[in-house]
Amino acid sequence: MVKHYKFLAALALLLANSVKAASSGESPSTYNLTKGVTDISQQVYDLHMTIFYICVVIGIVVFGVMLYAMVFHRKSRGVKAANFHESLKVEVAWTIIPFIILIGMAIPATSTLLDMEDASEADLTIVVTGSQWKWHYRYLEHDVEFYSLLSTPVEQIQNKWIKGDDYLLEVDKPLVIPTDRKVRFLMTSDDVIHSWWVPDFAVKKDANPGFINEAWTKVNEPGIYRGQCAELCGKDHGFMPVVVTALEPAKFDAWLQKEIEAKKAAAAEEARLLAMNMSFDSLMKEGEKVYGAYCAACHQANGAGLPGVFPGLVGSAITTGDVKEHIDIVVNGKKGTAMQAFAKQLTLAQIAAVVTYERNAWGMNSGDSVQPKDIYQFINNSGE
Amino acid sequence: MTTVTTANESATPQEHEHHGPEKGIKRWLYTTNHKDIGSLYLWFAFIMFLTGGAMAMVIRAELFQPGLQIVEPHFFNQMTTVHGLIMVFGAVMPAFTGLANWMIPMMIGAPDMALPRMNNLSFWILPFAFAILLASLFVEGGGPAFGWTFYAPLSTTYSGDSTALFVFSVHIMGISSIMGAINVIVTIWNMRAPGMTWMKMPLFVWTWFITAFLLIAVMPVLAGAVTMVLTDKFFGTSFFDAAGGGDPVMFQHIFWFFGHPEVYIMILPAFGIISTIVPTFSRKKLFGYASMVYATASIALLSFVVWAHHMFTTGMPVYAELFFMYCTMLISVPTGVKVFNWVATMWKGAISYEVPMMFSVAFIILFTFGGFSGLMLAITPVDFQYHDTYFVVAHFHYVLVTGAIFSLIAATYYWLPKWTGVMYDIGLAKAHFWCSLISVNVLFFPMHFVGLAGMPRRIPDYSVQFADWNQIISLGGFAFGLSQFIFLALLIKACRKQGEPVDAKVWDGAEGLEWEVESPAPYHTFTKPPKID
Repeated sequence: MVKHYKFLAALALLLANSVKAASSGESPSTYNLTKGVTDISQQVYDLHMTIFYICVVIGIVVFGVMLYAMVFHRKSRGVKAANFHESLKVEVAWTIIPFIILIGMAIPATSTLLDMEDASEADLTIVVTGSQWKWHYRYLEHDVEFYSLLSTPVEQIQNKWIKGDDYLLEVDKPLVIPTDRKVRFLMTSDDVIHSWWVPDFAVKKDANPGFINEAWTKVNEPGIYRGQCAELCGKDHGFMPVVVTALEPAKFDAWLQKEIEAKKAAAAEEARLLAMNMSFDSLMKEGEKVYGAYCAACHQANGAGLPGVFPGLVGSAITTGDVKEHIDIVVNGKKGTAMQAFAKQLTLAQIAAVVTYERNAWGMNSGDSVQPKDIYQFINNSGE
Repeated sequence: MTTVTTANESATPQEHEHHGPEKGIKRWLYTTNHKDIGSLYLWFAFIMFLTGGAMAMVIRAELFQPGLQIVEPHFFNQMTTVHGLIMVFGAVMPAFTGLANWMIPMMIGAPDMALPRMNNLSFWILPFAFAILLASLFVEGGGPAFGWTFYAPLSTTYSGDSTALFVFSVHIMGISSIMGAINVIVTIWNMRAPGMTWMKMPLFVWTWFITAFLLIAVMPVLAGAVTMVLTDKFFGTSFFDAAGGGDPVMFQHIFWFFGHPEVYIMILPAFGIISTIVPTFSRKKLFGYASMVYATASIALLSFVVWAHHMFTTGMPVYAELFFMYCTMLISVPTGVKVFNWVATMWKGAISYEVPMMFSVAFIILFTFGGFSGLMLAITPVDFQYHDTYFVVAHFHYVLVTGAIFSLIAATYYWLPKWTGVMYDIGLAKAHFWCSLISVNVLFFPMHFVGLAGMPRRIPDYSVQFADWNQIISLGGFAFGLSQFIFLALLIKACRKQGEPVDAKVWDGAEGLEWEVESPAPYHTFTKPPKID
């Protein structure tokens, strides 16, 4: 009996909470689905609540009958057990009625699903590529692309610093999309399966290596929307957030223009660096930064790696051997392993810095210093 | 027929003399007795339940607060993976096989299982399988860390070398399950006592019969999946690698073609247990016996056409999504029939609440919770939001812990006096029930909330908005884990025969052949087939 009160109390609480959430709406709920900021996410929320209420009603009816029997048909009340053990009418009824309820649920679900899967006539297409453990965004119609990495400081994760409000849900460079335009996402992956999820858009789609998936959204309100990778993708699966900034169309266009110009400026800067030598100290400083952001997840901050999974770098054949081979593995990756090709992820200066760092850090002090132009030469010679 | 009976009668006393259990460890190593093997399976499953539970405690301790405290993410992933594998293949499945061994021959009036030596083998390879799996945690690079679903290419190109050990151990588990299933089918088909017609069989026997067919159908599929993972990783094939013409999503189709029927393998025998216990303590025949059998068969058949509902986000064609959504919703019809039948059985009964009944009532309510969330998950557009969140974790723990595990505990409390000949400590049993019931809901109910609020599953650290619920969940988890030591204490007491001796018919409302033999059940039962009706 107590079980039932507990159950009913839980249901009532859930119900009250949902009603409260539905009426207040504003702050993100800690116990229910978000309504989100798109027409689709609103439809999904409504479907979710409809099905939930149907389950609540069925639960109240079935458990109500059961509760009645549990209380009033107890042996200790002196009742005698009845003899019936079948009834065709009742059995047919409780097969047919659920079937009709299901049809009632399937109709709105089908129409929402057909809407969600129709990515045609998009205004903007963005290629989303997952890789261990970051997202890459490429604006298909424009010359803009960048990586988006977790920006939560490692000290917060290790409980040395106070955690911020957006702990684990913050990135260095969020995806930017316009509001009121249909944005199509093409999902794929460089390594394992990832899943790109923004709850406020009701978009979750797997990024499969070697295949392209499609999804779309049309955001109604400007704002910052946060999500996470939803498919187990290895060690740092929990540290792969998705952050999307939705801007009004005019602001978005301005942002896009700025990005295109910034890219040109970066190319000019790269050319300038090719002509000169970076100092050893600045290479080491930049290298440590790049290593921490791109390499430490696997090879660890102390370069020791995880034996059997990710090789250590301290005193290894690569970091103490031929510089060319070292540059090769960073630029091109190693096929059949988790080692990615960083040529398109890092600038020439960053690659030069990180190779220099890996050859001189952790007490190895080889004295080698690799310049951006070495990387440039390597890439252009190996292409021939 | 008559001559056979006479021969049996004269042979029986001597057989008892010669075929008593051997002494010491040899009794257990060489045994071909269905009761001994049943006990071995049950104890093994319980040890695995505690082992897998200890891993769950590591998981909950790490998730007690945001931030990384106790374990590294790589080890965390090994814990979630091995926890899942151990609970599914080491705890729930062997426990049901143990019950099948103990009870099916007694319920159908057979002297033993049909293939006793294979029975011995199918048990004794299991400890090796799990020794290999657990040992893999200690090799360089750690054990399997790709989830119990081992999706490629995380389990192939990107896994550690211990994957070979994982594959070998899953092969052994599969062989054991297939042998167990063959034994169940052959026994039920051939060894029913005269007069025990199909539609007179107890529902536990029926549900296990159907489950055994599911096992034979899908365990080879799992074997195929792990073998392809093995060759992809070590021998250069490209079944699941697009670069070589393969497809990683194909892995998921193959895995879930095994995995969904597997879900029913773990719940159909539970339905059989509940259908046995509820009538006993309602003192009324099971309502709708025939429809229960048909519902079980329909669930089993439907279980082969719903697998892709685990994969709605993989990017299937929209019409495939619709097909799998409709078929999945359809499963709730026969499942609903079962719940309605149990309620109708209780209706106008003369109910009393002995411990097995307490667990059964909790099963009906909490399993139905899992059914409701299952129905919600079937709705594809909403599943996009639920998929791979704690909402799913809540769902499958409601059906597997408060479903399958609660039914196993109920079965133990129901038949334990028959096995040991003494009534167990009812005070401890009730304490076990209330502690488990409350803590299991504190543990799993808030998972619905964090899941809906957006917390993905299989993460070692989470954003601060989920902190409060996770703390409560962890506390519930520790309490549920500790509660199982009450069960352990009770089992040890009962096996040492501490308690009041019981009669052949332990429960006044019980029906079935197992209650005709004395308690404890003698080493050999029904060497002469009983007469039915």
